[in-house]
Amino acid sequence: MSGRHVVLGIGNILNRDEGLGVRALDLLEERVGVVPDVEYVDGGVMGLTLLPLVEECDHLLVLDAIDAGAEPGELIEMSGDEIRLFSGVKMSEHQITFQEVLGLAFIRDKLPPHLHLIGAQPASLSIGLEISDRVRSTLSPIVVRAAAVLRDWGFEVPDGLKGSDRGEGSRSTTTTADPSDGPIPPTWADSRVPSRLGPA
Amino acid sequence: MATRLVVDPITRIEGHLRIEAELDADNTITAAYSSGTMVRGIEIILEGRDPRDAWAFAQRACGVCTTVHSFASIRSVEDALDIQIPHAANLIRNLMIAQQYVHDHVMHFYHLHALDWVDIVNALQADPAETSAIQQSISTWKNSSPGYFADIQKKVQSIVDSGQLSIFANAYWGHPAYKLPPAVNLLAVAHYLEALDWQSHVTKIHTIFGGKNPHPNFVVGGVPMPIDLNSDTALNAERLSIISDSIDRIIEFVDQVYLPDVLAIAPNYLEYASIGEGLGNFLTWGELPGDDNRDTSKFLVPRTLIVNRDLTTITEPDPRDFERMQEFITHSWYEYADGDNAGLHPWDGETKFNYTGPQPPYEELNVDGKYSWLKAPRWNGMPVEVGPLARVLALYATGHAQTVDLVDATLKALDAPLGAVFSTLGRTAARAIESKVFADSLRTTYDELIAAIKAGDTRTFNNDRWEPRSWPSEARGFGFMEAPRGALGHWIVIKNRKIENYQMVVPTTWNASPRDGNGQAGAYEASLLNHKLAKPEWPLEILRTIHSFDPCMACAIHMVDATGESVAEVATGMNVCMT
Repeated sequence: MSGRHVVLGIGNILNRDEGLGVRALDLLEERVGVVPDVEYVDGGVMGLTLLPLVEECDHLLVLDAIDAGAEPGELIEMSGDEIRLFSGVKMSEHQITFQEVLGLAFIRDKLPPHLHLIGAQPASLSIGLEISDRVRSTLSPIVVRAAAVLRDWGFEVPDGLKGSDRGEGSRSTTTTADPSDGPIPPTWADSRVPSRLGPA
Repeated sequence: MATRLVVDPITRIEGHLRIEAELDADNTITAAYSSGTMVRGIEIILEGRDPRDAWAFAQRACGVCTTVHSFASIRSVEDALDIQIPHAANLIRNLMIAQQYVHDHVMHFYHLHALDWVDIVNALQADPAETSAIQQSISTWKNSSPGYFADIQKKVQSIVDSGQLSIFANAYWGHPAYKLPPAVNLLAVAHYLEALDWQSHVTKIHTIFGGKNPHPNFVVGGVPMPIDLNSDTALNAERLSIISDSIDRIIEFVDQVYLPDVLAIAPNYLEYASIGEGLGNFLTWGELPGDDNRDTSKFLVPRTLIVNRDLTTITEPDPRDFERMQEFITHSWYEYADGDNAGLHPWDGETKFNYTGPQPPYEELNVDGKYSWLKAPRWNGMPVEVGPLARVLALYATGHAQTVDLVDATLKALDAPLGAVFSTLGRTAARAIESKVFADSLRTTYDELIAAIKAGDTRTFNNDRWEPRSWPSEARGFGFMEAPRGALGHWIVIKNRKIENYQMVVPTTWNASPRDGNGQAGAYEASLLNHKLAKPEWPLEILRTIHSFDPCMACAIHMVDATGESVAEVATGMNVCMT
């Protein structure tokens, strides 16, 4: 295998449970830590620009919010061709979904040979940084499943989970290159915005 | 593998941009209403935060606009705190910004807008030799042999045969408004696929300067990456060489593929050179500054206001003008303390939701009342258009030599008068024209950066005002950014070292604005008048004009959809209201 092996957390952390994939990635990084040969990538809301990354992958484990018409907080998994790929008429280039990125990789014969998706049915997509209670309790099970999938794929995942079961990844962005005078990277785990309402 | 394709699941989940159009008996649009059906509340999330962190939230508002929101945000803080960034940092920022234009415009054109003009399935009828001859006649692009295009055709055939796919399976293929000959359709399909490969090479500028992929880092006071030609972790000789190669690829693609394709496609759709204009008022905040962000005289794209198509009387709009720069909410789902007809400058802006619309799903919005999550920004009471056409007109009207040459040459090639630029086609051509201007600016800016480095001018971060104790107790700032789709402004109020108020007026808020209290339509609404629809149930003509603006609509919800919905059920992602 010459390609990359990536755990990709995607979603928008500004819309509560929409960002559960990114939160789960943070928690995975915190509780499982380094897995040799595996990269953790925060894909955020990036659309089409994720295509080159996806196409370089041998193993791609995606963590994301999933609308499966299930109960909020329910853990959902899909593998390989269970994941629907699509594209179509859009109002905006900004409506690229991750499934569309996968669809493009597919028509280019560059879909990762090992593709797995773990996520949960969101409870709230309103504005705010805080994950809903129902989804927060699913983050740990997502991490456990993610570790198991990586292990099944043959990666050396450390046994056991580190840290307390807080159920929510802490976030600290890091700069790979510090400016000479060392500004402090931003953090957003420190202050939780109370869940203020979106539209009814 | 078993895959299914669904059109536009996003609108089904939350909604984005919605157009309601009224048609007469002739299927011609007599009125149009533009609604943003999803709220964006980042202003609320930012209240009370450290201003230096604002960019990290702002960049999550949109997956295409991460860079532009980050820059607008750090510029607003720098403006408020009177921070001057170092020369080399400004050059690096200008490289990132110019790259972003070209990258965004190319992807917008091939991945979204070209499909409005190009019938992919029709490309199967093409003679690859004819496509090859066309390619060789319009540019020196390397992929031009009959065999190359025959392979592309086989690829398209295999996708169509697979019966399952995506872009190739469920657009409006066969619509009578498609007019390109098969050979040109095949040419465009080839470049659609090539653009996807191209983007992986041209994003390296951001990966290197941002120091992190896919979300680059930004910093108030400069850029996060130091310059040290001998360091492995800094901007070094090896990385500079990668950037230079990337710039070559950008220029090559614009010169040999994008611009020639636009000129090859446009003559088939000249009727769009006389419709789709909209307002005739254009605003730019300006872009690619010299070292001082407040010195607009040093901007490559000037800060201009053009009113009623008059290119001889241009003025410079002042974003700090409380009387002229205002947002209105008469038809928007917000409330102001001073009532529904008040206009507020963004520094005084309020973000209080007041949803009065119907519970979804619904058939029609009440356009006599509030009907959009977008506010209605107005300059001196006027609706204005922002974006590539506004910028190209600003450059043209101020005599930017390269722009004047490009515009005149394009008009000549199409045998069209100057007035043709005020149109759907004009907007699409403007995007290609400014891509050329920005692509070439990458090379000159890169050369300036190399010269600065050689002269020992390698400082990239100004920490004079990094510490909050050095800040005034109250400050206001304006952060501009000519985003690819138009003038973006972030207005920040800092009080006691925290964000007191933060308001973004994004390009799509200008362009997709609903009506204001005086009944004045926004740019989209005005632009759609007089479009005659060949098949109203497939409103391709509407898509052409709306896409020509490159909408950014609440694109931030990207949830995976596992529920299943057939293509036929969600065929257009648009509502056409037949009255």
